[in-house]
Amino acid sequence: MNATAAKLILNRIGIGLLTLLMVSLVVFAITGLLPGDAAQSSLGQSATPEAVAALRAKMGLDVPGYMRYFNWLGGMLTGNFGYSMVNNLSVNELLASRLPMSLMLAGVTALVSVPIALTLGIVSAMKRGSLIDRGLNLVTLSLVAVPEFLVATIAVLIFAVQLRWLSALSFASDISTIGQFLKAYALPVMTLCCVIVAQMARMTRAAVVDELNSSYVEMAILKGATPTRVVLRHALPNAIGPIANAVALSLSYLLGGVVIVETIFNYPGVASLMVDGVSNRDMPLVQACAMIFCAGYLALVLFADLAAILSNPRLRQ
Amino acid sequence: MIQSSAMPRFFSSMSISGRVGVTLVIFWVLIALFGPSISPHDGSQVVSQDVFLGSSLAFPLGTDYLGRDVLSRILYGTRYTVGLALTAAVLASSLGIALGLFSTVNGPHVDAFISRIIDALISIPSKMLALVIVAAFGSSIALLITIASLSYMPGAFRIARSLAVNLQTLEYVQVARVRGEGRFYIAWREILPNMIHPMLADFGLRFVFIVLLLSGLSFLGLGVQPPNADLGSLVRENISGLGQGAIAVIAPSFAIATLTVGVNILIDSLPRLGLRSGGKG
Repeated sequence: MNATAAKLILNRIGIGLLTLLMVSLVVFAITGLLPGDAAQSSLGQSATPEAVAALRAKMGLDVPGYMRYFNWLGGMLTGNFGYSMVNNLSVNELLASRLPMSLMLAGVTALVSVPIALTLGIVSAMKRGSLIDRGLNLVTLSLVAVPEFLVATIAVLIFAVQLRWLSALSFASDISTIGQFLKAYALPVMTLCCVIVAQMARMTRAAVVDELNSSYVEMAILKGATPTRVVLRHALPNAIGPIANAVALSLSYLLGGVVIVETIFNYPGVASLMVDGVSNRDMPLVQACAMIFCAGYLALVLFADLAAILSNPRLRQ
Repeated sequence: MIQSSAMPRFFSSMSISGRVGVTLVIFWVLIALFGPSISPHDGSQVVSQDVFLGSSLAFPLGTDYLGRDVLSRILYGTRYTVGLALTAAVLASSLGIALGLFSTVNGPHVDAFISRIIDALISIPSKMLALVIVAAFGSSIALLITIASLSYMPGAFRIARSLAVNLQTLEYVQVARVRGEGRFYIAWREILPNMIHPMLADFGLRFVFIVLLLSGLSFLGLGVQPPNADLGSLVRENISGLGQGAIAVIAPSFAIATLTVGVNILIDSLPRLGLRSGGKG
């Protein structure tokens, strides 16, 4: 790695941090500043001015908006996400039990979906225009447009109602054997994988097809290399960057999908915590969850950018 | 005359999957327009003592958790799903195009300023933005349209801007500028007509994502509020019937899927227009 690449990477990381700051400003403006006086609205119109003032001081609303923003930002940077208004717990405590569960779900989904998606993408790129390719195109095209809850309900109908192999709810909190693990994770992971595999396979196919259209691949074919060799030895090493890019971007769709999936299977993760927070209008909780998800999203986009930079041979000597 | 003979040719020139897509889209547009008038019952009327009935002659798609006719509820609910998403998609696309043109013809400073703001908006996943806004303001029809158009405007802006920047360097636009035409004339009469085709395809994709976003929100109970119900709300209110395998759960989600898949394969089978945006962002 030379100086140019290092500079580009530092630049990208800088832009990523700056964007995260902008995002925090947007999230705080929407939840903290625009809706008006939270103390007044939670106590109602008949509350005495003293009671409202007391609650305002307790919630930290008696200082100007920009100070509240900096307090909030400073709190998050030091690992203090504030207090949940509804259940009188610190947001940290609520997140502590939920975050590992969500990361586990995301991790298992990534482990299952990446190999399947890459295989499908590469196979359909190798057999461009064949019946398999066109069939896969139609299937993946349809799957990216299907709502997650349709996949989830069909999966429940087949595996929980008809076959009775699995339970319709995920009991991920008490797992001690592999059987229990499979039972808890099979349906949520399957549902998440459907959409993500489709997206990732499409992007992988596009990346590999791009390489297969270049002249060095034509040279390799004219030289007499077998199609498998052309793809695996010549095209794939050059497509690694775009493929890593595709994987990272597809995984960022997890963040949207997980909201529906955690809710439908009653999975105790951050997304279902956030949906509860939104229903109860528990602002500190919603702010914290939103920032966690946005940071995760930005990290994946950053990783996609870095993969594109690092795989450029002109920058890697 | 020309219109009436052009449509069949457009249809017959398409692939089979494209024809399926067109048929599905036309079907759902007709349902959204005429659904309530062909509906066998009123959508909110309780017509049966039995809940979660299976398919029968009287109730082709069974009954829901209160004993209402599922077919009628879908015929009424489609109007919300299609209407809301269409409004939001039109707003998102036209705002995106207008901003894209505006920042292209007004020089690099305006362009840089608008682009930075859009970059910040695009880096919040659409579902997260929606959840945050609903948490702050509660849910209403107007707010749902605002949320959806705000989440999907940045993508339309990016595509419109990149198309407009490319068109701006072409000779006929240079000629118009030398001729002394104003900036807005150039944007409206010279650039816009030449980017309208790819933007229409992009509009279709935006519509699909907005349908998915809004029905997802309704499914979480944060979208269209009772007594109104879109297709996502129908799935939510009947989810307790899932354990019995009720059609009331499957039928509305299947309806959403045929609508979005129809639009998606229709766009995919259009002649390549130099535009493929595959993301949900």
